[in-house]
Amino acid sequence: MEGRGETPKPEGKRGPFINKRNRDYYAGSLVILLGCGAIVQGSTYGIGTLRSMGSGYFPVALGVVLALLGAGIVATAQRNIPEGEEKSPPPEWRGWACIALGVVAFVVLGRYGGLLPATFAIVFISALGDRNNTLKSALLLSLALVVVGAVVFRWALRVQFPLFQWG
Amino acid sequence: MIAQTLTDLWHGFGVALLPYNLMFSFFGVLIGNLIGVLPGMGALSAISLLLPLTYTMQPVPAILMLAGIFYGSQYGGAIGAILLNLPCHPPHAVTCLDGYPLTRQGKGGTALGITMIASFFAASFGITVMILATPLLVSVAFKFGPAEIFSIILVGLICGGTMSRGSRLKGMAMTVIGLLIGIVGTDANTGTMRFTFGLVDLSDRVELVALALGLFGVTEFLRSVNRMEDVGAGVKVRLREMRPSMAELRQSFFPMLRGTLIGTLFGAMPGTGPTITTFIAYAVERRISRTPERFGFGALEGVASPEAASHSKTQVDFIPTMSLGIPGDAVMALILGALMIQGIQPGPQLITEHADLFWGLIASFWIGNVLLMVLNVPMIGLWIKLLRLPYRYLYPSALFFIAVGVFSTNNNLFEVWEVLFFGLVGAVFVALDFSVAPILLGYVLGPMLEENFRRALKLSQGNLMMFIDRPISAAFIAVSALLVLGQIYFAFRSRQPAQAAWDAAGAAGGRVGPGHRSSS
Repeated sequence: MEGRGETPKPEGKRGPFINKRNRDYYAGSLVILLGCGAIVQGSTYGIGTLRSMGSGYFPVALGVVLALLGAGIVATAQRNIPEGEEKSPPPEWRGWACIALGVVAFVVLGRYGGLLPATFAIVFISALGDRNNTLKSALLLSLALVVVGAVVFRWALRVQFPLFQWG
Repeated sequence: MIAQTLTDLWHGFGVALLPYNLMFSFFGVLIGNLIGVLPGMGALSAISLLLPLTYTMQPVPAILMLAGIFYGSQYGGAIGAILLNLPCHPPHAVTCLDGYPLTRQGKGGTALGITMIASFFAASFGITVMILATPLLVSVAFKFGPAEIFSIILVGLICGGTMSRGSRLKGMAMTVIGLLIGIVGTDANTGTMRFTFGLVDLSDRVELVALALGLFGVTEFLRSVNRMEDVGAGVKVRLREMRPSMAELRQSFFPMLRGTLIGTLFGAMPGTGPTITTFIAYAVERRISRTPERFGFGALEGVASPEAASHSKTQVDFIPTMSLGIPGDAVMALILGALMIQGIQPGPQLITEHADLFWGLIASFWIGNVLLMVLNVPMIGLWIKLLRLPYRYLYPSALFFIAVGVFSTNNNLFEVWEVLFFGLVGAVFVALDFSVAPILLGYVLGPMLEENFRRALKLSQGNLMMFIDRPISAAFIAVSALLVLGQIYFAFRSRQPAQAAWDAAGAAGGRVGPGHRSSS
């Protein structure tokens, strides 16, 4: 992916920010942007000729196709959509944040703490994203999975992931 | 020749039924099935996890076990796709499209039953083809040059892009983005690092498992968290629902047959993976259906045909892998790697030099598939228990299995970042009404497409006519052109109704779409 710098967040999905009337415009623009990104970045790898292609030939060609497709998406976007028929659920900031944070915690704790703390963190944090989970149920679930994880992955499958480690 | 084949096959059964070999075959099938069912653990992780175990084994039991893991996890992957919407094995991405809606309608049992029947039927057919046609197919496949392979892949990409739910343009855009993701890493021809942004971990391509689990696992959790109340806990699947009714069997019989044939056809072509096959099987089924609007909302045909295709393809796929040394996909590449570790060089000489291995493997396919049928009937209760788990317990657990599963493919935490990244990207794309499945297709076929394109043009000294001058390649190019022109023609002819239909599909296709129930 070329858009590494701007790690996209699932913000406002189907919320007021993105709705049926503007969705295709955003979608097409994003595709055009990605296509242009591929062209710019790809051309730095050396395009070459058809006879002896450089590393950049294929990426640039794909970028052109992608940008054209994006233009097509914008051009065929629907314009006349009656208002008020869209029922979009509210954005789920809590759920999204907890899931993302859980994965982040897994990587960080996996690196500096080992499998057990990482397991606990990813399950506990992501479980808190669901409004029906209480602190207690999240705690019990994560403790249960710590046991399952240790047995299945460390003991049975022998995944190369120490249960505990420091530094 | 038939007599000779039968003798060889008899010999193969003798090899595969040796208690020692049989034990490893059974072990592989069982473990594969178990791991395949675990969310986040697919054939790739299962095989790579157990690969080290085979280093000390004899070649024959080693390869029998790996093959068993492979199709065991394939069954397991289908179960995960249908019951949990998790395509642990990318070919099952397409099964999710209709299998999961079926589960949501309370027909998960039927979908599983159809899957089992379709798989067994297709596998048996695929094995028969493999036995009878190996010499023939090898000689045809030898005629394929880079131009032919490029053209075949092109057809697959266009089919895959245009079959996705929603706008075709958006589907094609996702395919191209998948191709670009496939480029990430070191260029095999020049050694240039492409799209790695200075990250060393990206120099060896984006991890397939991370991409698949990000796009389908994490994206799905992001979309569904706190929005699953209406279905979440109480999806009921009873054991007797596993047995499809006669009407359902009749409904799925021809899709099953077509899927099997498509799988067989594509299996014969080196370089075309199973993902493309299932996508095409699904696309064909949807195209010829009299009620294409049911697809994506729980059409049994959309489960039967791709599952059949994937299993017949799996069997036939061993032909190019074993006889030419061209793996169809990452899993076949792993099996190829295992063979080479054992000191066996796959190639046309393998069948004669290692007859034990080749015919034993073929016989073990059959034995393994029977084992799977026997195993899965009593164990279905376990899968159903998995389903009854409330979503608020399920997604944190699944997330954990995904994280460890992705880690274990290469023992690298960086790939967990990749999962998160693709999960977030996928959520944005889905919010913009893109269908993310074609990304995987593009990713898997991208490197092959580029490699063969470059090779073909090198051979022809930069002359693009190469692709039209060669008859086999020209036929495939013509098919691609027809597909594109047909899309444009239909788009202009019936713009309004088609747009309305796509839009309705897009609106109802969401997890919490209000029209979901009524559309069944």
